[in-house]
Amino acid sequence: MADYNSMELMISVAARELENGATVGVGTGAPCAAAMLAQKISAPDLVIIFEAGGFGPELPEMPISVGDSRTTYRAIKAGSMGETMDYCSRGFVDYTFLGGAQIDMYGNLNSTVIGDYANPKVRFPGSGGANDFASFCWKMMVMTPQDSKRFVEKLDFLTTPGWLQGGNSREKSGLPLGAGPYKIITNMAVMDFEPNSKRMRIISINPGYSLKDVQDNCGFELLKAEKIADTLPPTEKELRILREEVDPYGYVIGRS
Amino acid sequence: MEVIEQGLGQLFMNPDPDLLRAFFQLKDRKMVNKVMTLKNAVEKFVHDGDYLAIGGFGANRTPIAACHEIVRQGKKNMGFAGHTATHDMQILSAGEVYNRLDVAYVVGLEARGLSACSRKYLQSGKVQTTEWTNYALSVRLQAAAMGVPYLPARNMMGTDTFKYSAAKTALCPYTGKKLVLLPALSPDVSIIHVHESDIFGNCRFKGIAVADKELANASKRLIITTEKLISSNEIKQDPSSTSIPYHLVDAVCVVPFGGYPGTMAGEYFSDEEHLKEWMTAEKDADKFKAFLNKNIYECKDHEEYIRINGGQVKMQELRAKELLLNKEG
Repeated sequence: MADYNSMELMISVAARELENGATVGVGTGAPCAAAMLAQKISAPDLVIIFEAGGFGPELPEMPISVGDSRTTYRAIKAGSMGETMDYCSRGFVDYTFLGGAQIDMYGNLNSTVIGDYANPKVRFPGSGGANDFASFCWKMMVMTPQDSKRFVEKLDFLTTPGWLQGGNSREKSGLPLGAGPYKIITNMAVMDFEPNSKRMRIISINPGYSLKDVQDNCGFELLKAEKIADTLPPTEKELRILREEVDPYGYVIGRS
Repeated sequence: MEVIEQGLGQLFMNPDPDLLRAFFQLKDRKMVNKVMTLKNAVEKFVHDGDYLAIGGFGANRTPIAACHEIVRQGKKNMGFAGHTATHDMQILSAGEVYNRLDVAYVVGLEARGLSACSRKYLQSGKVQTTEWTNYALSVRLQAAAMGVPYLPARNMMGTDTFKYSAAKTALCPYTGKKLVLLPALSPDVSIIHVHESDIFGNCRFKGIAVADKELANASKRLIITTEKLISSNEIKQDPSSTSIPYHLVDAVCVVPFGGYPGTMAGEYFSDEEHLKEWMTAEKDADKFKAFLNKNIYECKDHEEYIRINGGQVKMQELRAKELLLNKEG
């Protein structure tokens, strides 16, 4: 078995979700790496979209900012933020990857504050484009390390919508119909959302971890799929392309 | 239209479009030479207490020289649009320039990490915040640009981002669907950095527009900082390339490398070493004070700032990086 780290695993697993010809809204870091890896392996016509206006670039290397010139390198268009989010709002964008300091059982995310809003212990950036992407893109995914400080029963602040309070609460909120959280990819497992309750559910477990590890490192009770699969580890090919072509300086995967 | 829910946040600017129309009715339409120094432009058009917006995207085509000048002149009590505000916000936080903030993306510098200085200032209790999203601020500027009091959208609903915003929700009179209503935002003064401008303020930028076209149209006053001047004849030979027309512009300031240490599409890449220096220095109060003295308060202007941070040699390195010349052999 190939030697790999958890970031390489998460990126490889995420990349496999992106089918050829789809559109994906990404930020810097791991999401961008996953989209680039997908393009180089199985989805050459995947269209990468950046919130600041970059549309369909041939990324020459990892951008540092979602607005730097790498995001428009040999691109289809250097547009605007309004244009990008308009695409998303009218249902043109299939996937997005988001993250946060906290996530709950419905896939809601916090990237605003830890503590009380008026007197925060820690002030984080806020929504940025995350609330927009999560409101509009059909399938929202999260790649994150898993621990019970991050996977919490109750968010300190609900920045970005998942399935809100579960059930049909998202439908009733006014957010566009049919869009919402899809997969959560952690260093330990892959989760989806049970269709009725919209609660997070384990569907596969990563090599080297047990069901107990996954539950022990989660601050709420996870549902379990009827059949829980073993997550396929990164292949030699995925690792080679990831290390040599996608992230040769190890900015995201932490190797060089 | 009946309001269903209303955010708890404060609305810092009145969205009444007739106030804006009254302002624009009196705004001079003459095509006159608007070239002045950045120092003069900031003295003349940026006032204590004004609501300020900065163009570009954090550290991409951002008028960094203007942010330094605002801090150098000690402007205070401003409102600020935190529309992916990264290095610009870091500078304005260092000067404690603003005390009310519309938040879309603040404190962070994207993949570079969080700014200790911006974070400390926001956690100090000196700043009143209202939450929004990047799209929401774009749409709010678009509403002001259109001369309407709000625009509807479909984001933010069901979240605390809405709860701590100053948005409202209402039912659509056509479809019965619930919509979020985003109030128009017309900044008192905005600053946008561009690639080239004529002396009247007809200007062009390359690469992504972010929200700068909406911003230029929505703002009461607009300062342009430009990498270089071009002739008005050049503008007129290719009118489809004009990004911002002169009648929106109050001042044109020539500031080569005016976006440094940020990126300028097709011209220079961000100076990551220097941005790292910022992020290291701001962790220690004494070091940060000395750092700010050296890089802002004791610098006469942007030219001097660039000179003490590597000068033309550094600028050419950043140009090579921007153009990916290393990939050509």
